[in-house]
Amino acid sequence: MPKVKVPRKSTVIDMTAMCDVASLLLTFFILTATARQPEPLPVDTPSSTVKIKLPTTDIATLTIGQGKVFFGVAGQPVRIRMLERMAERYNIQFTDQEKKRFSLMDNFGVPISQLKQLIALPNDKRNKEGVQVGIPTDSVGRNPSELREWIYNARYATKELNDKELRISIKGDSKENYKVVKKIIDILQSQEVNKFSLITSLEGLD
Amino acid sequence: MAELDTSGGGKKKGGKVRSKKQSARVDMTPMVDLMFLLITFFMLTTTLAKPQAMDLAMPDKDEKTDDKFDVADNRTMTILLGKGDRLEWYIGLVDNPLTSPQVDNYGKNGIRKALLEKSKEIKSKTGKGLIVLIKASDAANYKNLVDILDEMKITNIGVGGGTYAIVDISEPEIGLLKRDGLY
Repeated sequence: MPKVKVPRKSTVIDMTAMCDVASLLLTFFILTATARQPEPLPVDTPSSTVKIKLPTTDIATLTIGQGKVFFGVAGQPVRIRMLERMAERYNIQFTDQEKKRFSLMDNFGVPISQLKQLIALPNDKRNKEGVQVGIPTDSVGRNPSELREWIYNARYATKELNDKELRISIKGDSKENYKVVKKIIDILQSQEVNKFSLITSLEGLD
Repeated sequence: MAELDTSGGGKKKGGKVRSKKQSARVDMTPMVDLMFLLITFFMLTTTLAKPQAMDLAMPDKDEKTDDKFDVADNRTMTILLGKGDRLEWYIGLVDNPLTSPQVDNYGKNGIRKALLEKSKEIKSKTGKGLIVLIKASDAANYKNLVDILDEMKITNIGVGGGTYAIVDISEPEIGLLKRDGLY
Protein backbone atom coordinates (compact mmCIF):
# COMPACT_ATOMS: atom_id res chain seq x y z
CA MET A 1 0.00 0.00 0.00
CA PRO A 2 1.39 3.35 -0.88
CA LYS A 3 1.98 5.73 1.94
CA VAL A 4 -0.48 8.56 2.21
CA LYS A 5 1.54 11.69 2.15
CA VAL A 6 0.20 14.35 4.40
CA PRO A 7 1.10 17.66 2.96
CA ARG A 8 3.39 19.53 5.30
CA LYS A 9 1.85 22.65 6.66
CA SER A 10 3.70 25.65 7.84
CA THR A 11 3.57 26.11 11.64
CA VAL A 12 3.92 29.86 11.34
CA ILE A 13 0.74 31.65 12.33
CA ASP A 14 0.13 35.13 11.17
CA MET A 15 -0.17 37.13 14.33
CA THR A 16 -0.82 40.47 12.72
CA ALA A 17 -4.58 40.39 13.27
CA MET A 18 -4.20 39.41 16.90
CA CYS A 19 -1.68 42.16 17.32
CA ASP A 20 -4.13 44.65 15.84
CA VAL A 21 -6.90 43.65 18.21
CA ALA A 22 -4.54 43.74 21.16
CA SER A 23 -3.34 47.22 20.41
CA LEU A 24 -6.88 48.40 19.84
CA LEU A 25 -7.95 47.11 23.25
CA LEU A 26 -4.85 48.52 24.84
CA THR A 27 -5.54 51.95 23.42
CA PHE A 28 -9.12 51.77 24.63
CA PHE A 29 -8.17 50.84 28.18
CA ILE A 30 -5.42 53.42 28.39
CA LEU A 31 -7.77 56.15 27.24
CA THR A 32 -10.68 55.17 29.47
CA ALA A 33 -8.55 54.68 32.56
CA THR A 34 -9.20 57.66 34.79
CA ALA A 35 -6.02 59.40 35.69
CA ARG A 36 -5.63 59.69 39.41
CA GLN A 37 -6.28 63.19 40.59
CA PRO A 38 -3.58 64.69 42.75
CA GLU A 39 -4.86 64.87 46.28
CA PRO A 40 -4.15 67.86 48.46
CA LEU A 41 -4.14 65.65 51.53
CA PRO A 42 -2.63 62.23 50.88
CA VAL A 43 -3.95 59.60 53.26
CA ASP A 44 -3.14 55.97 53.77
CA THR A 45 -6.48 54.26 54.27
CA PRO A 46 -6.65 51.25 56.57
CA SER A 47 -7.50 47.94 54.96
CA SER A 48 -10.50 45.74 55.59
CA THR A 49 -12.12 42.65 54.15
CA VAL A 50 -15.21 44.48 52.97
CA LYS A 51 -15.80 44.18 49.27
CA ILE A 52 -18.59 46.68 48.71
CA LYS A 53 -17.63 49.30 46.19
CA LEU A 54 -18.15 52.93 46.80
CA PRO A 55 -20.72 54.67 44.60
CA THR A 56 -19.54 57.63 42.58
CA THR A 57 -22.63 59.81 42.62
CA ASP A 58 -24.37 61.63 45.44
CA ILE A 59 -21.47 61.14 47.76
CA ALA A 60 -19.43 63.43 49.92
CA THR A 61 -16.00 62.51 51.15
CA LEU A 62 -14.46 63.72 54.37
CA THR A 63 -10.73 63.22 54.24
CA ILE A 64 -9.04 63.14 57.61
CA GLY A 65 -5.31 63.18 57.97
CA GLN A 66 -2.64 64.96 60.01
CA GLY A 67 -5.35 66.43 62.18
CA LYS A 68 -6.84 68.25 59.21
CA VAL A 69 -10.19 67.73 57.57
CA PHE A 70 -10.89 68.16 53.87
CA PHE A 71 -14.29 68.07 52.27
CA GLY A 72 -15.39 67.14 48.79
CA VAL A 73 -18.69 66.36 47.16
CA ALA A 74 -19.41 64.65 43.84
CA GLY A 75 -21.04 66.47 40.95
CA GLN A 76 -20.35 69.96 39.68
CA PRO A 77 -23.89 71.39 39.92
CA VAL A 78 -24.08 70.23 43.52
CA ARG A 79 -20.77 71.92 44.28
CA ILE A 80 -21.94 75.19 42.78
CA ARG A 81 -25.24 75.13 44.64
CA MET A 82 -23.43 74.27 47.87
CA LEU A 83 -21.05 77.18 47.40
CA GLU A 84 -23.94 79.55 46.71
CA ARG A 85 -25.64 78.53 49.92
CA MET A 86 -22.42 78.83 51.88
CA ALA A 87 -21.78 82.28 50.37
CA GLU A 88 -25.22 83.36 51.51
CA ARG A 89 -24.62 81.98 54.97
CA TYR A 90 -21.25 83.69 55.47
CA ASN A 91 -21.94 86.81 53.36
CA ILE A 92 -19.15 86.27 50.88
CA GLN A 93 -19.72 87.05 47.22
CA PHE A 94 -18.37 84.69 44.58
CA THR A 95 -18.32 85.53 40.89
CA ASP A 96 -19.58 83.06 38.32
CA GLN A 97 -16.03 82.33 37.26
CA GLU A 98 -15.02 81.57 40.82
CA LYS A 99 -17.98 79.24 41.17
CA LYS A 100 -16.97 77.47 38.00
CA ARG A 101 -13.40 77.07 39.22
CA PHE A 102 -14.62 75.86 42.57
CA SER A 103 -16.80 73.22 40.93
CA LEU A 104 -13.73 71.72 39.31
CA MET A 105 -12.02 71.14 42.64
CA ASP A 106 -12.41 67.61 43.92
CA ASN A 107 -11.92 68.52 47.52
CA PHE A 108 -10.62 71.39 49.54
CA GLY A 109 -9.62 72.20 53.06
CA VAL A 110 -9.53 75.85 53.98
CA PRO A 111 -11.67 78.07 56.19
CA ILE A 112 -14.27 79.87 54.11
CA SER A 113 -12.52 83.19 54.64
CA GLN A 114 -9.56 81.85 52.65
CA LEU A 115 -11.60 80.11 49.99
CA LYS A 116 -11.37 83.01 47.53
CA GLN A 117 -7.58 82.95 47.59
CA LEU A 118 -7.59 79.18 47.17
CA ILE A 119 -9.87 79.38 44.14
CA ALA A 120 -7.59 81.98 42.59
CA LEU A 121 -4.54 79.75 42.90
CA PRO A 122 -3.53 77.69 39.87
CA ASN A 123 -4.16 73.95 40.10
CA ASP A 124 -0.60 72.83 40.68
CA LYS A 125 -0.02 75.28 43.52
CA ARG A 126 -3.31 74.42 45.18
CA ASN A 127 -2.34 70.86 45.95
CA LYS A 128 1.02 71.67 47.47
CA GLU A 129 1.48 70.66 51.02
CA GLY A 130 0.80 73.30 53.60
CA VAL A 131 -1.33 75.49 51.34
CA GLN A 132 -4.59 74.11 52.70
CA VAL A 133 -4.90 74.07 56.44
CA GLY A 134 -8.12 72.12 56.84
CA ILE A 135 -11.70 73.12 57.49
CA PRO A 136 -12.36 74.39 61.02
CA THR A 137 -14.27 71.80 63.03
CA ASP A 138 -14.78 73.84 66.19
CA SER A 139 -17.90 75.82 66.71
CA VAL A 140 -17.37 79.50 67.33
CA GLY A 141 -19.60 80.90 70.03
CA ARG A 142 -23.15 80.05 69.10
CA ASN A 143 -22.31 79.42 65.47
CA PRO A 144 -21.90 75.80 64.45
CA SER A 145 -18.57 74.80 62.96
CA GLU A 146 -17.85 75.50 59.31
CA LEU A 147 -17.54 71.82 58.57
CA ARG A 148 -21.03 71.26 59.87
CA GLU A 149 -22.33 73.98 57.58
CA TRP A 150 -20.53 72.54 54.57
CA ILE A 151 -21.99 69.10 55.21
CA TYR A 152 -25.43 70.50 55.80
CA ASN A 153 -25.41 72.56 52.64
CA ALA A 154 -24.00 69.72 50.57
CA ARG A 155 -26.85 67.53 51.77
CA TYR A 156 -29.33 70.29 51.03
CA ALA A 157 -27.94 70.87 47.54
CA THR A 158 -27.98 67.15 46.70
CA LYS A 159 -31.54 66.82 47.86
CA GLU A 160 -32.57 69.90 45.92
CA LEU A 161 -30.85 69.04 42.65
CA ASN A 162 -30.86 65.26 42.54
CA ASP A 163 -33.64 64.49 45.01
CA LYS A 164 -31.43 61.97 46.73
CA GLU A 165 -30.00 61.58 50.17
CA LEU A 166 -26.31 62.45 50.23
CA ARG A 167 -24.09 59.60 51.34
CA ILE A 168 -21.25 60.61 53.58
CA SER A 169 -18.01 58.72 53.50
CA ILE A 170 -15.03 59.12 55.75
CA LYS A 171 -11.57 58.58 54.37
CA GLY A 172 -9.24 58.56 57.29
CA ASP A 173 -5.54 57.99 57.63
CA SER A 174 -4.59 54.77 59.44
CA LYS A 175 -2.49 56.62 61.96
CA GLU A 176 -5.05 59.28 62.68
CA ASN A 177 -5.98 59.60 66.32
CA TYR A 178 -9.44 58.40 67.20
CA LYS A 179 -10.16 61.73 68.89
CA VAL A 180 -10.22 63.54 65.54
CA VAL A 181 -12.42 60.89 63.93
CA LYS A 182 -14.75 60.99 66.90
CA LYS A 183 -15.17 64.73 66.48
CA ILE A 184 -16.19 64.29 62.85
CA ILE A 185 -18.62 61.51 63.75
CA ASP A 186 -20.10 63.76 66.41
CA ILE A 187 -20.58 66.54 63.86
CA LEU A 188 -22.36 64.09 61.57
CA GLN A 189 -24.51 62.77 64.37
CA SER A 190 -25.44 66.25 65.47
CA GLN A 191 -27.34 66.58 62.19
CA GLU A 192 -28.75 63.09 62.44
CA VAL A 193 -26.48 61.46 59.93
CA ASN A 194 -26.13 58.13 61.66
CA LYS A 195 -25.20 56.10 58.65
CA PHE A 196 -22.04 56.63 56.74
CA SER A 197 -19.27 54.71 55.05
CA LEU A 198 -15.67 54.26 55.98
CA ILE A 199 -13.39 54.07 52.97
CA THR A 200 -10.91 51.25 53.19
CA SER A 201 -8.58 49.39 50.92
CA LEU A 202 -8.71 45.68 50.32
CA GLU A 203 -6.96 43.05 52.40
CA GLY A 204 -7.02 39.31 52.98
CA LEU A 205 -8.79 37.48 55.76
CA ASP A 206 -6.11 37.79 58.42
CA MET B 1 5.43 32.36 14.56
CA ALA B 2 4.34 35.77 13.52
CA GLU B 3 6.99 37.52 11.64
CA LEU B 4 7.25 40.70 9.77
CA ASP B 5 8.78 40.58 6.39
CA THR B 6 11.28 43.36 6.20
CA SER B 7 13.38 42.10 3.38
CA GLY B 8 14.22 44.77 0.95
CA GLY B 9 13.17 44.98 -2.63
CA GLY B 10 14.92 43.06 -5.29
CA LYS B 11 18.43 41.76 -5.42
CA LYS B 12 21.25 44.16 -5.64
CA LYS B 13 22.72 44.12 -8.98
CA GLY B 14 26.21 44.67 -9.94
CA GLY B 15 27.53 44.85 -6.43
CA LYS B 16 30.82 43.22 -6.03
CA VAL B 17 30.72 42.97 -2.27
CA ARG B 18 28.19 40.40 -1.36
CA SER B 19 27.00 40.58 2.17
CA LYS B 20 25.63 37.48 3.75
CA LYS B 21 21.90 37.22 3.40
CA GLN B 22 20.23 37.50 6.79
CA SER B 23 16.78 36.45 7.75
CA ALA B 24 14.93 39.69 7.68
CA ARG B 25 11.87 38.69 9.67
CA VAL B 26 11.03 40.19 13.03
CA ASP B 27 9.60 37.91 15.67
CA MET B 28 6.45 39.57 17.00
CA THR B 29 5.73 37.19 19.87
CA PRO B 30 7.28 39.24 22.71
CA MET B 31 5.46 42.31 21.50
CA VAL B 32 2.13 40.54 21.57
CA ASP B 33 2.97 39.16 25.02
CA LEU B 34 3.72 42.59 26.34
CA MET B 35 0.55 43.99 24.84
CA PHE B 36 -1.64 41.42 26.50
CA LEU B 37 0.11 42.04 29.79
CA LEU B 38 -0.64 45.74 29.52
CA ILE B 39 -4.24 45.06 28.53
CA THR B 40 -4.71 42.83 31.55
CA PHE B 41 -3.18 45.46 33.78
CA PHE B 42 -5.40 48.24 32.53
CA MET B 43 -8.51 46.08 32.61
CA LEU B 44 -7.93 45.12 36.22
CA THR B 45 -6.94 48.54 37.47
CA THR B 46 -9.92 50.32 35.95
CA THR B 47 -12.35 48.23 37.99
CA LEU B 48 -10.26 47.71 41.10
CA ALA B 49 -9.31 51.32 41.57
CA LYS B 50 -12.64 52.05 43.19
CA PRO B 51 -12.19 52.07 46.95
CA GLN B 52 -14.12 49.82 49.26
CA ALA B 53 -16.72 51.24 51.55
CA MET B 54 -17.50 49.86 54.96
CA ASP B 55 -20.97 50.85 56.01
CA LEU B 56 -21.33 51.98 59.56
CA ALA B 57 -24.52 52.79 61.37
CA MET B 58 -24.18 54.61 64.65
CA PRO B 59 -26.84 54.45 67.33
CA ASP B 60 -29.18 57.39 67.18
CA LYS B 61 -27.98 60.13 69.43
CA ASP B 62 -30.99 61.80 70.88
CA GLU B 63 -30.27 64.04 73.81
CA LYS B 64 -33.80 63.91 75.15
CA THR B 65 -34.03 60.19 75.62
CA ASP B 66 -30.66 59.43 77.07
CA ASP B 67 -29.66 55.93 78.19
CA LYS B 68 -32.75 54.47 76.71
CA PHE B 69 -31.70 50.90 76.18
CA ASP B 70 -30.50 48.53 78.81
CA VAL B 71 -28.39 45.66 77.72
CA ALA B 72 -28.20 42.37 79.53
CA ASP B 73 -24.77 42.31 81.12
CA ASN B 74 -24.38 38.54 80.89
CA ARG B 75 -24.21 38.74 77.12
CA THR B 76 -22.40 42.00 76.69
CA MET B 77 -18.80 42.05 75.70
CA THR B 78 -16.99 45.34 75.98
CA ILE B 79 -13.90 45.93 73.89
CA LEU B 80 -11.68 48.81 74.89
CA LEU B 81 -9.25 50.06 72.28
CA GLY B 82 -6.00 51.30 73.76
CA LYS B 83 -2.63 52.46 72.53
CA GLY B 84 0.01 50.48 70.67
CA ASP B 85 -2.51 48.43 68.65
CA ARG B 86 -3.67 46.60 71.75
CA LEU B 87 -7.12 46.16 73.18
CA GLU B 88 -8.74 44.90 76.29
CA TRP B 89 -12.00 43.04 76.62
CA TYR B 90 -14.31 41.76 79.32
CA ILE B 91 -17.83 40.50 79.70
CA GLY B 92 -20.29 42.16 82.01
CA LEU B 93 -20.03 45.47 83.77
CA VAL B 94 -16.86 47.42 84.27
CA ASP B 95 -16.97 47.39 88.08
CA ASN B 96 -18.16 43.81 88.23
CA PRO B 97 -16.98 41.95 85.16
CA LEU B 98 -18.03 38.34 84.65
CA THR B 99 -14.71 37.53 83.10
CA SER B 100 -11.61 39.37 84.19
CA PRO B 101 -10.42 41.94 81.64
CA GLN B 102 -7.96 40.51 79.18
CA VAL B 103 -5.43 42.33 77.08
CA ASP B 104 -5.42 41.09 73.53
CA ASN B 105 -4.23 41.81 70.02
CA TYR B 106 -6.13 42.50 66.83
CA GLY B 107 -6.39 39.89 64.16
CA LYS B 108 -6.74 36.20 63.70
CA ASN B 109 -5.07 34.93 66.83
CA GLY B 110 -6.18 37.74 69.07
CA ILE B 111 -9.66 39.09 69.50
CA ARG B 112 -11.18 36.96 66.76
CA LYS B 113 -10.69 33.80 68.78
CA ALA B 114 -12.27 35.36 71.84
CA LEU B 115 -15.17 36.71 69.81
CA LEU B 116 -15.95 33.39 68.19
CA GLU B 117 -15.60 31.49 71.44
CA LYS B 118 -17.71 33.86 73.49
CA SER B 119 -20.44 34.31 70.92
CA LYS B 120 -20.82 30.53 70.74
CA GLU B 121 -20.79 30.20 74.51
CA ILE B 122 -23.34 32.94 75.06
CA LYS B 123 -25.54 31.64 72.30
CA SER B 124 -25.71 28.23 73.95
CA LYS B 125 -26.20 29.70 77.43
CA THR B 126 -28.79 32.34 76.83
CA GLY B 127 -30.08 31.47 73.36
CA LYS B 128 -29.43 35.02 72.24
CA GLY B 129 -26.60 36.61 70.39
CA LEU B 130 -23.61 38.45 71.74
CA ILE B 131 -23.73 42.19 72.16
CA VAL B 132 -20.41 43.87 71.57
CA LEU B 133 -19.75 47.40 72.73
CA ILE B 134 -16.76 48.99 71.11
CA LYS B 135 -15.24 51.74 73.15
CA ALA B 136 -12.29 53.51 71.63
CA SER B 137 -10.09 55.61 73.85
CA ASP B 138 -8.23 58.70 72.70
CA ALA B 139 -5.06 56.62 72.54
CA ALA B 140 -6.43 54.44 69.77
CA ASN B 141 -6.08 55.35 66.13
CA TYR B 142 -8.44 55.15 63.21
CA LYS B 143 -6.97 51.91 61.92
CA ASN B 144 -7.85 50.21 65.20
CA LEU B 145 -11.47 51.24 64.78
CA VAL B 146 -11.64 49.91 61.23
CA ASP B 147 -9.88 46.72 62.29
CA ILE B 148 -12.32 46.00 65.08
CA LEU B 149 -15.31 46.75 62.86
CA ASP B 150 -13.82 44.40 60.34
CA GLU B 151 -13.56 41.70 63.00
CA MET B 152 -17.27 42.19 63.69
CA LYS B 153 -17.97 41.55 60.01
CA ILE B 154 -15.68 38.52 59.89
CA THR B 155 -17.08 36.90 63.03
CA ASN B 156 -20.69 37.69 62.01
CA ILE B 157 -21.54 39.39 65.26
CA GLY B 158 -24.19 41.52 63.61
CA VAL B 159 -26.30 38.60 62.40
CA GLY B 160 -28.39 36.08 64.31
CA GLY B 161 -29.55 38.17 67.24
CA GLY B 162 -26.18 39.65 68.08
CA THR B 163 -25.29 43.26 67.61
CA TYR B 164 -22.45 45.69 67.99
CA ALA B 165 -22.19 49.39 68.56
CA ILE B 166 -19.62 52.10 69.03
CA VAL B 167 -20.10 53.73 72.39
CA ASP B 168 -18.28 56.51 74.21
CA ILE B 169 -15.72 55.36 76.73
CA SER B 170 -16.30 56.08 80.42
CA GLU B 171 -13.90 57.07 83.21
CA PRO B 172 -13.64 53.69 84.98
CA GLU B 173 -12.84 52.09 81.65
CA ILE B 174 -10.06 54.57 80.98
CA GLY B 175 -8.81 53.69 84.45
CA LEU B 176 -8.80 50.05 83.47
CA LEU B 177 -6.76 50.79 80.38
CA LYS B 178 -4.37 52.91 82.42
CA ARG B 179 -3.92 50.08 84.90
CA ASP B 180 -2.85 47.72 82.16
CA GLY B 181 -0.65 50.25 80.45
CA LEU B 182 -2.78 50.74 77.39
CA TYR B 183 -3.58 54.41 77.76
